[in-house]
Amino acid sequence: MTSFLKRYCRNYGAVAGLLVLLAVVAVSVLAPLLYAESPWLMVADPLVRPFADMAYPFGTDMLGRDITAGLLYGARVSLLVGVVSTTVALVLGVLIGAVAGYCGGRIDDALMRFTEFFQTIPQLAMAVVIVAIFNPSIYSIVGAISVVSWPPVARLVRGEFLSLKQREFVQAAVVIGQRPLRIIVTQILPNAMSPIIVSASFMVATAILTESALSFLGLGDRNMMSWGFMIGAARTMIREAWWMSVWPGVAILLTVLAINLIGEGLNDAMNPQLRRRGE
Amino acid sequence: MRETAMTQIEPGAQPLLSIRDLTIGLPAGGDRPYAIQDISYDLHAGEILCIVGESGSGKSMSANAIMGLLPTYLKPERGQILFQGRDLLKLDETTLLGMRGKAMSMVFQEPLSALNPVMTVGDQIAEVMRVHRAYPGEACQRRVLDLLEFVGLPDPATLIHSYPFRLSGGQRQRVVIAMALALEPSLLIADEPTTALDVTTQAQILALIRRIQAEKGMGVMFVTHDFGVVAEIADRVAVMEKGVLVEIGSAEQVLNHPQHPYTRRLISAVPHGRAREGGHGAAQTVLDVRNLRKTYASGGGWFAKKRVTHAVDDVSFTVRRGETLGIVGESGSGKSTIGKCLLRLTGVDGGQMLFDGQDIARLSERQFRPLRRDVQMIFQDPFASLNPRHTVGRIITDGPVANGVPLADAQTRARELLQLVGLEASAFDRYPNQFSGGQRQRIGIARALALEPKLLVADESVSALDVSVQAQVLQLLADLQKRLDIALIFITHDLRVAAQICHQVIVMHRGRVVEAGPPGQIFDAPRHDYTRRLIDAIPGKEWDSTLIRVAA
Repeated sequence: MTSFLKRYCRNYGAVAGLLVLLAVVAVSVLAPLLYAESPWLMVADPLVRPFADMAYPFGTDMLGRDITAGLLYGARVSLLVGVVSTTVALVLGVLIGAVAGYCGGRIDDALMRFTEFFQTIPQLAMAVVIVAIFNPSIYSIVGAISVVSWPPVARLVRGEFLSLKQREFVQAAVVIGQRPLRIIVTQILPNAMSPIIVSASFMVATAILTESALSFLGLGDRNMMSWGFMIGAARTMIREAWWMSVWPGVAILLTVLAINLIGEGLNDAMNPQLRRRGE
Repeated sequence: MRETAMTQIEPGAQPLLSIRDLTIGLPAGGDRPYAIQDISYDLHAGEILCIVGESGSGKSMSANAIMGLLPTYLKPERGQILFQGRDLLKLDETTLLGMRGKAMSMVFQEPLSALNPVMTVGDQIAEVMRVHRAYPGEACQRRVLDLLEFVGLPDPATLIHSYPFRLSGGQRQRVVIAMALALEPSLLIADEPTTALDVTTQAQILALIRRIQAEKGMGVMFVTHDFGVVAEIADRVAVMEKGVLVEIGSAEQVLNHPQHPYTRRLISAVPHGRAREGGHGAAQTVLDVRNLRKTYASGGGWFAKKRVTHAVDDVSFTVRRGETLGIVGESGSGKSTIGKCLLRLTGVDGGQMLFDGQDIARLSERQFRPLRRDVQMIFQDPFASLNPRHTVGRIITDGPVANGVPLADAQTRARELLQLVGLEASAFDRYPNQFSGGQRQRIGIARALALEPKLLVADESVSALDVSVQAQVLQLLADLQKRLDIALIFITHDLRVAAQICHQVIVMHRGRVVEAGPPGQIFDAPRHDYTRRLIDAIPGKEWDSTLIRVAA
């Protein structure tokens, strides 16, 4: 484990990413303590410029809502959506991919055609349709993002299983009489974990972007302030109040960048031989 | 051993290559400070020098240093590599680039990965000449054809346009040799060039290298682990152990009168190929295979016709308790498929496999699972056959636990088994990557024995191991068999090993059994043409390693 940390820390970008993400997590946890009032509340004059009044360092929007509060509360939504939808997508994807890869044959064919059915529809379009049908709420948003993001996981896991299944230690497990379920869980899955974890980190970033896009289109949860909603609301004012869209934009950029850097760092740390080959 | 007059070097002649006190350091934290230490030897033009050693002995190091192929973390610390009077370690990269491929060239172990899969054979050979601006224009094409002809490839005019995947392993190695010869180098380095090939192909390639060397008068440095190959081809032999050159001398001297104890130990570990006596015929039959058939269909689509390969075609044999059956054949003969069929790792297309009288070919996976504990397998690759994420203890106990033995009992038994196969009980909590190849293979054997099988299938179980380790593992298997009265099926490509440990041997060729019988009969009086060819191809068969064993 310590050698893993050492390898991870060798990548400066990954360490920076981790620090930024920790900051975002801290902010989202501490948001109610820092700003007891709802971010929807009108607290000041509309369109206060940033850094003009230090009570509202990032300024206010056209209704006098504090942008700083919006950013802090928005972090909660982004992280929540990112983590929950990725978890759901992972469970679905690993399950389908593992069964398809291990069983092969007709089961594999059927499951892969099912997966391709989802892959042929543009992700955002499908997410929009699903959220629109089920009324925008945090549940439908997480559900929609999960539904559009499991197919790549399934394909990845299936590929790993197909190659691992041929390895001699898996054949040895068959020979000593282990049951298929046990072989999948104890022999193959642990050896397929590193690519799954790495791709999961990238999925969190994509989920945050998708949530922002949905909120921008007005399909966000009405009760929760989110970065995407803030940008969407700011688009009519973009020439008068640039700060309304810039700050949440920067927040999305930093968070997604940080998560991508972490994914990169995990990839290097988990597959040390790959990295050495590239150098 | 070759006894030709032309290999006699006049004293005082300047050697083609002279390595003086070459030392290459290893990065800190390795098991020894130097990859090779104070190595000195000469190679004369017109001579074949074999460098022999086990894995990790540093036998390829000096060859790689000559070609400039050392990985960046290995740096020559002192010493000289004098090639035609110039020190290669002091020359600049541009000069070296001009020399590589032209003055010295190399043949690698794996002919498939040494060739570019998306370039035609002709283009690859021509590229060597293009790089060194030799044979411009028309001459290039002619030279390529000459080379292909010279290395004994059929129909060069067609071959020049084909891609490497269309060629067999031996043909590919010939192409690699043709590339190495393109600019008539004065030094040819061959790093285990026949290890990946079948014995009959190996014999052809060895003959080719010898012919080339005689015709072109090159100096050949031949790196190998196989004493049979050494006996076949070497003029002089250098023996390496853990980075140190322990013995160097003429082939006759080193092979028949080895001085250093390590050389003696290595030579005595070489399988001698003496047939052992027949088994006890009266024992109870464990397995009776009748007319086994397995076909692979490939290609086939909606419109394309399927290509059917008969991997196993009408094969019958029986194995008795306490007896070893050897299945011998070259790659593609179907010998490993038989093993897979017996363990039901692949489906069976016809025939019966009567195990204790019950036909296991007909059982479903679910019906067969309770019987699995009686039929176990030792796998080929000790590095791939153990789950890297499980401890050794878990690897050995998994089997009994899956068959309903309580965990505590299985663990006690696993510790006993570790001792039985010659490992310390402390191995129980360690991971496979902390063990060497030979130790891992012992773990694999312990895993198979944990289920107390009646039949053990060993598929090329010693071919990935060094000779001395191989001898130990074979000894271990023989002891265990005697003690536990197990029936053993030993699948191998190495006839010497098969002769030494089997009671019965069947020889496979293209999915069919061409000859069956006790090893004495097969080796001393082979009836089938193919068996005879196989036996003739065994490298160094005139040299009998047992002679020294008596003397030593």
